[in-house]
Amino acid sequence: MGTYLLPVIIGITFGFVARMLLLRTDFRQYPTYPTGRIIHLSFGFISAFIGAVAIPAVLESDWTAVTFLGLAATQFREVRKMERESLENIDTFELVKRGAPFIEGMAQAFESRNYLVMFTALITTLCAVFSFWIGVIGGIVMLVIVKFNMSGKFLSDIADVKEAEIRFEGPTLFVDDILIKNVGLEDTRKTITKQAVGAIVTPKNQNSIVTLSFLGQRQAMLHHVATILGSYLDSGEPALIPLTKRDMADGRIALFFLPREKDFNQIRAVLDKVPILDSAIRMPKEADKSNS
Amino acid sequence: MENQHAEIVAVITMKPETVQGGGAPVFVVVDEMELQETSMTIEKIMDASAHEINKETRIIVAR
Repeated sequence: MGTYLLPVIIGITFGFVARMLLLRTDFRQYPTYPTGRIIHLSFGFISAFIGAVAIPAVLESDWTAVTFLGLAATQFREVRKMERESLENIDTFELVKRGAPFIEGMAQAFESRNYLVMFTALITTLCAVFSFWIGVIGGIVMLVIVKFNMSGKFLSDIADVKEAEIRFEGPTLFVDDILIKNVGLEDTRKTITKQAVGAIVTPKNQNSIVTLSFLGQRQAMLHHVATILGSYLDSGEPALIPLTKRDMADGRIALFFLPREKDFNQIRAVLDKVPILDSAIRMPKEADKSNS
Repeated sequence: MENQHAEIVAVITMKPETVQGGGAPVFVVVDEMELQETSMTIEKIMDASAHEINKETRIIVAR
């Protein structure tokens, strides 16, 4: 077993480093909790370990050990469940909700990161079996792939964001030409006129029209703006809750929200960086719709 | 964001003859100012939102 000790250690190290690279505390403020960090780092370590010992097990023809890889996958499904549950619990106390599809996307990301770590460790060990330096180079290549190729698309890739005027026609609130809702109180109308910002998101093509129509994606946009730019809102104020409405004719989305920071350049920058949820991506253009 | 159930919890009106009794209490007021004040009070108490049906009538809707 001594011959494989060094490759396994290199594999584990690179796998663990990959997990640390993927675990970043960003503006979405998750995972900020020290306990959450420990959970993910230890899971990362375990998956790096499993990935690293797979190759020596194959080389030694120890097939029982290899089947344990399959067992490990079941364990990592638990990670997804754990993330989903804790995020859902937190979401009930959020002023502007994340929404179930956003949570599902995050939970999926946490699960898939463990597989990435496992894969990194596996490839690194495979290279390191041949020579120490090939192992190190292989590990670095894997880190680069993991870090730069695994980020999803952003809203700016599929749509254009522009500022829109908030106006009232009698009691009816409009963002540009899209009807948002009816507001009954003079006082609320004043607050909205003073604090609210409107934005119109115009999809770039037919696919993005369908993607943006997804309610989960729209809720994700609102949550994103609210977490980063704050919101002028409290519980028990349904009249001020941010809303999105869709122009059913051409698929444009109107956003109505009351941020603390009203500079539209910042708002546009934030909206451009809204992640496109995996569950929102639809590609009707790819489907065969011919009459055969 | 999902489809929510909405319910009228109160009606505030200056023209009671235009509103028929139903599940919600009807508050009769005399002028625009009282209309706004009553709507606001009920809105805050019920954590609901006020909506305008016409110049004389507001409804308070809870979701």
